[in-house]
Amino acid sequence: MATLQLTQVAKRFDDTEVLKGIDLEVNDREFVVFVGPSGCGKSTLLRIIAGLENATSGDIVIDGERINEVGPADRGLAMVFQSYALYPHMTVEDNMGFSLRLAGVGKEQRRDKVREAARILQLEPLLDRKPKALSGGQRQRVAIGRAIVRNPSIFLFDEPLSNLDAALRVQMRIELARLHEELDATMIYVTHDQIEAMTMADKIVVLQAGEVEQVGSPMELYHHPRNRFVAGFIGSPKMNFLPVTCRAADTDGVEVQLPGGGQRKVPVNGEGLSGGEQLELGIRPEHLVLDDEGPLEGRIQVLERLGGQTSLYLQMGEQLITLMADGDVEHRVNDHVRFGFDPQRAHLFDADGLALTSLQRHPLSRLVRQDSRARPEGGA
Amino acid sequence: MNTSRTQRLVLAVVAWSITFVIFFPILWMFLTGFKTEAQAIADPTLFFTPTLDSYAAIQSRANYFHFALNSVYVAFGSTLLALLIGIPSAYSMAFLPTKRTKGTLLWMLSTKMLPPVGVLVPIYLIFRDLGMLDTRTGLIVVYTLMNLPIVIWMLYTFFKDLPKDILEAGRMDGASTHQEILFLLIPLTLPGIASTGLLSVILSWNEAFWSLNLTSSRAAPLTAYIASFSSPEGLFWAKLSAASTMAVAPILIFGWLTQKQMVRGLTFGAVK
Amino acid sequence: MRTRASGRTVGGLRSLSLQAPAVTLLLIWMLIPLGMTLWFSFQRYNLMMPGMEQFAGLENYEYLFTDPALWRAMGTTLVLVGSVLAISVIGGTLLAVLYQQEFLGRGVARVLAISPFFIMPTVSALIWQNMMMHPVNGVLAWFTGLFGLPAIDWFSSFPLLSIIIIVAWQWLPFALLILLTAMQSLDDDQVEAARMDGAGPVAVFFFITLPHLKRAISVVIMIQMIFLLTIFAEIYVTTSGGPGLATTNLAFLIYIRALLEFDVGGASAGGVIAIILANIVAIFLIRMVAKNLED
Repeated sequence: MATLQLTQVAKRFDDTEVLKGIDLEVNDREFVVFVGPSGCGKSTLLRIIAGLENATSGDIVIDGERINEVGPADRGLAMVFQSYALYPHMTVEDNMGFSLRLAGVGKEQRRDKVREAARILQLEPLLDRKPKALSGGQRQRVAIGRAIVRNPSIFLFDEPLSNLDAALRVQMRIELARLHEELDATMIYVTHDQIEAMTMADKIVVLQAGEVEQVGSPMELYHHPRNRFVAGFIGSPKMNFLPVTCRAADTDGVEVQLPGGGQRKVPVNGEGLSGGEQLELGIRPEHLVLDDEGPLEGRIQVLERLGGQTSLYLQMGEQLITLMADGDVEHRVNDHVRFGFDPQRAHLFDADGLALTSLQRHPLSRLVRQDSRARPEGGA
Repeated sequence: MNTSRTQRLVLAVVAWSITFVIFFPILWMFLTGFKTEAQAIADPTLFFTPTLDSYAAIQSRANYFHFALNSVYVAFGSTLLALLIGIPSAYSMAFLPTKRTKGTLLWMLSTKMLPPVGVLVPIYLIFRDLGMLDTRTGLIVVYTLMNLPIVIWMLYTFFKDLPKDILEAGRMDGASTHQEILFLLIPLTLPGIASTGLLSVILSWNEAFWSLNLTSSRAAPLTAYIASFSSPEGLFWAKLSAASTMAVAPILIFGWLTQKQMVRGLTFGAVK
Repeated sequence: MRTRASGRTVGGLRSLSLQAPAVTLLLIWMLIPLGMTLWFSFQRYNLMMPGMEQFAGLENYEYLFTDPALWRAMGTTLVLVGSVLAISVIGGTLLAVLYQQEFLGRGVARVLAISPFFIMPTVSALIWQNMMMHPVNGVLAWFTGLFGLPAIDWFSSFPLLSIIIIVAWQWLPFALLILLTAMQSLDDDQVEAARMDGAGPVAVFFFITLPHLKRAISVVIMIQMIFLLTIFAEIYVTTSGGPGLATTNLAFLIYIRALLEFDVGGASAGGVIAIILANIVAIFLIRMVAKNLED
């Protein structure tokens, strides 16, 4: 059992406000990912939870107990650092057993616990090696092993995969998901990589400039971003944004005029909007389709053939629009093409960058846990 | 190709000639130590039958060891003390910096700028009143304080190089401050601590202002002992050379070993 | 047990307690002697006349400033510092360039060339005075004799120059050591790019090497200044400030006043002047080091 509540947690370094009052709830056994661009405060937030940094104000509560004043070792947490932070002068076994040694655990018991963790991580043959003699992936596993040995109520991960190469990263992602399953522990994971967030999280917390932009399941964030920032940040390639003008709006939808002159009705709640207002239409590259009858037109500037898919970068006026098409498209650079989209898939953002509410929730956006033990709950 | 070869040869000859001129006094001192007193003042020659007479003479004058021992005590004692005081201080500056850290570091540096002559009189009087004149303890205290800023600066630069994560991992694992320093910081920065210590030993060993002014015989280290060769009328060059060689050799070797780190220490990290 | 590490997350207090010993000691080391020097400098205080201490106002300074010895000593100090600086910086830069070239046994030559810096000052002074510069048996006398020239009695004919040579011999290697280290951080690509742009060795030196060394050179100048302002052992061992006042610098003058004439007041006034001089240099040095601390 481990839950975490943050209430109005703020952090200020000299004159800069790094975190501006964060409220957050982490449920038992949840895999929560903090994601955001560098400098958004996600690592600081993690370090505050770990106790490596003091919050300027606000409360940190673990299992109902306020722990602001408790030292890092006594919070029952374990952390995996971006650099792994293995002790270079100790063997793998000593690295993993260091916390137990400091806690005065006997040699035998220490050995058993370390062996157990090594077994889970398949580190047994490496126990006598020094970190220097390990590969990046192995070091990563030792760092995780060091955390497991402490049997923490919450695991903290600070960008743990960023030092690995692409192939290894995929492998470790799978392994971490497996570990989450096996250990059945609460995990908090910081990353700037939205793919890691999307693939592993039960709940994603998107941070920007010290503030929470949105909290939700991966599919909720993908299908119903609360604002333009989240819409642009989640999903790859990035969402396209087109300037549009509102022609008519009511509670069943908003009719907008597209840059090329065409019109579309987007099914979002347009209450309070009036004709002539400037809006932004957001549409993901995978939701744009080549269509000779489509309302939009552009010139292909770059074409990237990935085999199964082709990315088209279309020059449309001043803007460069990304479109993910089938692998077999026959177009070439400098061709002019027409394209369109399903208005159901489009997002509308008002002048403040806030999304207008969709009239229909996407069915998957209600999925809260990736694994089968969790049942879908009511939408947020 | 050929010109470049001659060029290289000329370069080597020039460089080595200059090296020879610079190093000559040390070489000469070394050689003279193996001469008889008569040979020492004779016309210079590189060819002579070496003798250990002067070394034997110095050894038999038991007091050489008295001075040498004082040097060892004072240099190593002050270094140990400076490290003991400096390590926690440098640790906190490197890993728990506050707004004042930078100012504190610079202020420490500024105490090093205080010219010793400026404070000679009060230190002399304080030492006289405390009975610390001509004591090893007195000299150890002065050298510790004299080297403390350099020791802290150098440790600070070495500690800064240690990834902060490792100590934080230790903190997460439950290490207290002194466990962190003992089990993680010191083992991981041992080479840096060692070269800092060596630099401090070198500086204390060679220090001459305080040793000449605060000691006379009981606690006088080698710097003061060598200085005593300047007064007598007789010329004891071979013995002077032998004694000097012995006084200088360990430090020369330490210096060769630590030259690179020494730059960091002496320039307070401004040149790397 | 559980609260052992309480409140120890980050902290001003913890950092303070770790620094306290060093800070306190240095504070005492600096403030008390400094205060005492200042206080004594306003006192009429001679160790030979105990019990006669009294407030003297600016008398010590007045006496000091009207004493030709002070001005002589200041002049000597400046000449000493200036010439040693010039020799070591110019020589050090040229030698650093030389030792940066590749030649047979470069590593050994470098180590030998920086060695004089590690020699204790009393030893180097005596070696030079006796074995090098001795008018009868010195190596230099023998050397001039080879060309049929008369031997020079260095310490009576050119006392200050002799001191300058000894001190420069010790500090030139220091400059070389620092500049050589700085040189090693010079990007090879930069030199090669300059070569590609058509720069010859001289142009490379003036447009690439020298600007790169600028900072190291200024560090050398300032650090040496601080040490050279108070050169003592070399004078103490060889000339004792003489003949006359020919080699008495400020440091030696204070030493004479304090420990030979027991005039605490006068010596302290001299000390205050030495401190002020050193601080003028130190301010610049500290500023530069502070800049370095930013990154």
